[in-house]
Amino acid sequence: MYAQMVKSENTDNGPELDAFQVRIDAGEKIEPKDWMPAGYRKTLIRQISQHAHSEIVGQLPEGNWITRAPTLERKAILLAKVQDEAGHGLYLYCAAETLGVSRDELTEMLLDGRMKYSSIFNYPTLTWADIGAIGWLVDGAAIMNQVPLQRTSYGPYARAMVRICKEESFHQRQGYDIMMKMAQGSDAQKRMAQDALNRYWYPSLMMFGPSDKESVHSAQSMKWRIKINSNDELRQKFVDQTVPQAEYLGLTVPDDNLRLNPETGHYEFSEPDWSEFFEVLNGNGPCNKERLEARNKAWDDGQWVRDGMMAHARKKAARAAASQVAAE
Amino acid sequence: MGDHLFEFLLRQGDNTLILSHRISEWCGHAPIIEEDIALANIALDLLGQTQMWLGLAAEVEGAGRSADDLAMLRDAWDFRNSILVERPNGDFGQTMMRQFLFDAYHVELLNRLVSSADERIAAIAAKSLKEVEYHVERSASIVIALGDGSEESHARMQAALDDQWTFAGELFETDAGDHALNDAGIAPLPSELRAGFNARATAVLGDATLIIPETTFAHSGGRSGKRHSEHLGHLLTQMQWLQRAYPGATW
Ligand SMILES: [Fe+2]
Ligand SMILES: [Fe+2]
Repeated sequence: MYAQMVKSENTDNGPELDAFQVRIDAGEKIEPKDWMPAGYRKTLIRQISQHAHSEIVGQLPEGNWITRAPTLERKAILLAKVQDEAGHGLYLYCAAETLGVSRDELTEMLLDGRMKYSSIFNYPTLTWADIGAIGWLVDGAAIMNQVPLQRTSYGPYARAMVRICKEESFHQRQGYDIMMKMAQGSDAQKRMAQDALNRYWYPSLMMFGPSDKESVHSAQSMKWRIKINSNDELRQKFVDQTVPQAEYLGLTVPDDNLRLNPETGHYEFSEPDWSEFFEVLNGNGPCNKERLEARNKAWDDGQWVRDGMMAHARKKAARAAASQVAAE
Repeated sequence: MGDHLFEFLLRQGDNTLILSHRISEWCGHAPIIEEDIALANIALDLLGQTQMWLGLAAEVEGAGRSADDLAMLRDAWDFRNSILVERPNGDFGQTMMRQFLFDAYHVELLNRLVSSADERIAAIAAKSLKEVEYHVERSASIVIALGDGSEESHARMQAALDDQWTFAGELFETDAGDHALNDAGIAPLPSELRAGFNARATAVLGDATLIIPETTFAHSGGRSGKRHSEHLGHLLTQMQWLQRAYPGATW
């Protein structure tokens, strides 16, 4: 997902922890000033920032097509979408900041590789159909994960998710609409649409992360309600929802083993290549270098702007203070 | 009159289209997330204005072309934007200086167009003016902050001003078509907008502790279409690529 393989930490025990767990089990929201186990705090910081970083890095693959969007309307829709993603990043950094870290610290950890972002944004957008596929599949997969997180135990995170989910479902519909136009279009457009599905199908399945049935981290996160469903559950839900949509478009999901099991009502499907997933996480995805370089460049090039703004704010405050003194 | 009106509408729509395109290049690359979002907002506003201006241009032309056709299927010599807006972004300071110079002109123009004798133009201007009043407030405050800010930001903003100033003059260039529209009460003479522009520029750039270059020279060739800069062709190569590569496809 946007937060993949987040390690959870359980460091506390004692009566406070028990009382905390009682609150979680009762469905209460934990707020920034409430007592919380250090492990809960640490895990949440990791998860929320990874999610925030994903929104910010996620601007890049789609931003890649803003200047080449085929019509004025498509350009406006895409620009607004990428802007929404920046907004999501912003809410999420704010949510993370309530846990006692600063956005600048988190940004630096992203930029020097200490913190991760979702594997999906390390794949290239090669044709306009990729913009459709990302909206349809990537935002679609994000929704699967984020809708349940609206009920997560940490208040600021849950509230950020509510705002974000509304916009993500727009994005998904707009993405599907792009695919629809192309699937009904010329032969070249159909080919583009199929090619985009071929390239984005397995990376989208990877977004949910490897099976975590046996994972102690996941068990702890679920106990704390900062993870609601298992990775496999969400992946299954995603496949079940997406395959009929692909069929409706007249596109073929690139999986020879895909079939509907009439007994379970669920699709059976091939696992993605997990060795590729781990390579991407380790920095060997097709675009890892470009993505991090672009973010680093934006940050470094912007340094003088941020410094200049700060200097102006200090001067302004000093002038205001001086005129106050003069007036007194 | 029809030709003059068409030309006028292209000038409006091409300015907003090309500037919107340039600003949108920042998406994902701005110095802070808040600026990224704000720049996207401005690009979106200008794109919306483009759809209105070029939509009306297409209607006035009556040749069966759409706003999209005008944006995506004309070559550089048929574009009527001022050279200022096609100039590459440069650093953030250059982008914001270009923005301020354009906004300061744009707000003067729209303030006059809201009372155009052509109701369609007045309506577009009224809608745009609300947005552009905010644009100019924002670009002015950034120019002031960075001009007044650190030693480095001040030097960069002065360089940006020196670099762009000679491209602002074209916005006020006035030709026979402008006179015809002015006579019909449709649009002001661009030259009449200069005083308001100068007043604002002097105030803002003064607060920014920047010095306006003394030259009265102005580059031109964009709004007449006679001689754009080399940059426009590259911009169009990107913007129009899909429509050119797959003619007749719907997206
Ligand atoms: Fe998002
Ligand atoms: Fe999204």
